[in-house]
Amino acid sequence: MSLRAANDEGARRLPDPQACQRAAEQMLGYALKAGAEGAEVLVRDGAELEVRLRLGEPELIKEAGSRALGLRVLKDGRPAVTYTSDFSDAGLERLARETVELAALAEPDVFAALPAPELMARQVPDLALWDDEVPRLTVEDAIAWTTRGEAAARAFDPRITNSDGASLSRVVGATAFASSAGFSGGYRGSYVSLVVQPIADDEGGKKRNGSWWTGGRFVASLESPESVGETAARRTLAQLGAQKVATCQVPVIFPPEAGRSLLGKLAGVTSGGAVWRRSSYLADREGTEVASSLVNIADDPLIPGAPGSRPFDGEGLASRVNVLVDGGILRTFLCDTYAARKLNRVSTGSAGRGVGGGPHVSTSNLIMRPGGTPRETIERVPEGFYVTHLMGFGFSGVTGDFSQGASGFWVKNGERTMPVSEVTISANFDDLWKNVDAVADDLDTRSSTQVPTFRVSHMTVAGR
Amino acid sequence: MAISPLDQIDAQLAQRLLAAALEGGAAYADLYFEYAAGAHFGFEDEQVKSVGKGVTLGLGVRALKGDATGYAYTEELAEDRMLEAARTAGRIAASGGAPTPAALETLSTSNLYSVAEAPWERSGAEKVELLRRADRAARAYDPRIVRVEVGLGESLKDVLVVTSDGRMARDFQPMVRFTVGAVAEADGKRQTGRSAGASRRGMEQFSLAGESPEEHGREAARLAIAMLNAEEAPAGPMEVVLGPGESGILLHEAVGHGLEADFNRKKTSNYTDHVGKQVASSLCTVVDDGTLQNARGSINVDDEGNPGRRNVLIENGILVGYMQDRISARHFGTQASGNGRRESFRHEPLPRMTNTLMLAGQESPEDIVKSVKRGVYAKNFSGGQVNISNGDFVFSLTESYLIEDGKLTAPLKGVNLIGNGPEVLRKVVMVGNDFQLSGGTWTCGKDGQSVPVGIGNPTIKISEITVGGTKA
Repeated sequence: MSLRAANDEGARRLPDPQACQRAAEQMLGYALKAGAEGAEVLVRDGAELEVRLRLGEPELIKEAGSRALGLRVLKDGRPAVTYTSDFSDAGLERLARETVELAALAEPDVFAALPAPELMARQVPDLALWDDEVPRLTVEDAIAWTTRGEAAARAFDPRITNSDGASLSRVVGATAFASSAGFSGGYRGSYVSLVVQPIADDEGGKKRNGSWWTGGRFVASLESPESVGETAARRTLAQLGAQKVATCQVPVIFPPEAGRSLLGKLAGVTSGGAVWRRSSYLADREGTEVASSLVNIADDPLIPGAPGSRPFDGEGLASRVNVLVDGGILRTFLCDTYAARKLNRVSTGSAGRGVGGGPHVSTSNLIMRPGGTPRETIERVPEGFYVTHLMGFGFSGVTGDFSQGASGFWVKNGERTMPVSEVTISANFDDLWKNVDAVADDLDTRSSTQVPTFRVSHMTVAGR
Repeated sequence: MAISPLDQIDAQLAQRLLAAALEGGAAYADLYFEYAAGAHFGFEDEQVKSVGKGVTLGLGVRALKGDATGYAYTEELAEDRMLEAARTAGRIAASGGAPTPAALETLSTSNLYSVAEAPWERSGAEKVELLRRADRAARAYDPRIVRVEVGLGESLKDVLVVTSDGRMARDFQPMVRFTVGAVAEADGKRQTGRSAGASRRGMEQFSLAGESPEEHGREAARLAIAMLNAEEAPAGPMEVVLGPGESGILLHEAVGHGLEADFNRKKTSNYTDHVGKQVASSLCTVVDDGTLQNARGSINVDDEGNPGRRNVLIENGILVGYMQDRISARHFGTQASGNGRRESFRHEPLPRMTNTLMLAGQESPEDIVKSVKRGVYAKNFSGGQVNISNGDFVFSLTESYLIEDGKLTAPLKGVNLIGNGPEVLRKVVMVGNDFQLSGGTWTCGKDGQSVPVGIGNPTIKISEITVGGTKA
């Protein structure tokens, strides 16, 4: 099969932050004219290309652009939120009126207010979030990259017998935000990623899948497809012969691919929203020890070129670095304006926002600072479990009870020996973080939640 | 939905779009028009805290050549934009004669989800009263309930599927969703409980047994209070009894995903080439049934224009067949099974579950519990996940109890069960006569697409599965 180039206007239309900003300001005007005392408008415009290839043949080529607008109004202290993809003047004006009417159904909420004008961002810093090369990636480029990645995985070892394919996805988008509290701004961003997922046959009809990926805002920052494919193959083969282990308590080592989700859960329970809702086990713990002194965590939206960077937050506040955990001490809860007012403090500039809803607390680049220990040293335990993959939803933020499915490797005398699957690991989250007894120097910066390898002195592993 | 923008789509326009998708040489094309309107009401701190609504409109165009899919979508239903999307999708094919779309015939479908009391015709005040009722009931349940959150969501999706092999099918898919969350606090301990109901109905949902705002309010409160004194769960392999209803999550994870035809066509599922073989204990008959009246996962027509169906997946332990979409059915030389589903016009269809359940057996649930000397009784669940290739799956318990000498004793802290699909299903040693369909808000994720599904199960006993507690 062969393919033709994607080269028409539609596929090449670039998201335009200025046009988005004009639409946001226009809608803001309609909302105020309709009687809102305050309003915020978010506009997103994006284009995506996704190419999936399997066993050398294209499986899916998906290409489209899409845009949407979200509106939040306050009328007599009552909030309402709506969204639309209809950008006609008449459609926007009608939605503005309907949204103001809808607000009458809510009740006055003294905490629901726009941020104080003096807190609004004064400028939109250029955080290097855009690469011209990303939208230039064609369908042919995507097919070439995925072909190379998958071929490298399949050629790596004869035990790689099948493939879940390779896929490349690129997104480019513009975001604009306008608020009657005194802010209007926009920016654009790009992101591209490549993933390869080989499969090997194991005994007893089981198949083993592993995967590896590269991704970033800049094409030039990506790992080569061959390197991604080979790493994916190595990870797949390493799981052949995986077994359950006997139930026990051992040190557990989390490399970034597994530790990332633990850090994300910790961010969830340090969110001001969870705290004022009393649904976090850390609700009363600000200023106290919540992790071992080796643990340092910050949320940093200002890192140039990073996946989670944003020049302003979902309410138009200037982005700033927030230290969450400093030497194990919980320094602050992350807050948007609502959570801050509930907790009688000032927003930390941590509002995230989607087109379909109001602001909520969200992290930007959430980073656990690397320690000074090489990864090999961390693995130097007489016996332990090196977790490469976690499964399931076993976490309660209100109690901190944590129990998830896990797979990875058994470590004996400092060496990864046999692959392990079909076990669970569990601990209370408070103990888990306090029992971190080593942090490596290998920070993984591919995604917006960034962790180095770290070790927890003991957890319960349930298996045979 | 009195007037829908989809009313303006006539057969001639659809034919022009299909012709544009096929002009590059694709073997088949289809159109998926979608107009969805939804509203949400949120209540917390004894106040209406959020109200919102939104509308989505768009067209997704798919072109197929062999097993390859070209896909494009547009949110503007102007003909030039729709033609552009059709041609973009059609680029998957580079050569060959362009087939012409067949004459269209409108598919007549069943009516699985008649709506008696349309939410979009009811006042906001009436809905707010439902939220208040749930909140009052939850707080009245016990003074240790310190917080209550209630949410009501309604949506109506109007879809029109048109295929180049001549089918045209329209469906109106309603959904109401009601959730109550409660937080209990006592002696420095805190716990949450949740109760939720969802179905393809209108406001009459709230008159059904167990679905009133008060019942959901009390259930959320009960769960939060019951778990306040939860003890550390055991760790390791044990006998486990799964209560009826929500435990159908086991089937969804342990066999459901593995029996979706795409994984088997690609030979990436651990059930690949197992049709006709024993994959579960002979007590197990598992069906995927998209035809249950008003159920959350039911569909009159799937998102490829095929009628929803009841498909037996496993009969008395023997694997009967897979859930098929168009591409996989062609590969296997069989019929599509009404399982081609997608999240929205922005997504290509995939083989997906509808309502997945195990048929009732002979045992009384009491006898099943009595038969266990030491084990775990699992009553409420929050979710699960499976690795298709090796068959390992987990699911999370939010309410469970220790069984000692045939009786439920201490409540246990939130815990995961982990097992391997075929291995665990061979260990189903007792099946109860008390089948229940869960009324919950289950949403299934696959390849980044979410679709509403149903699950159901009788009480069952598994002779051994690993319980992921902390007490080694």
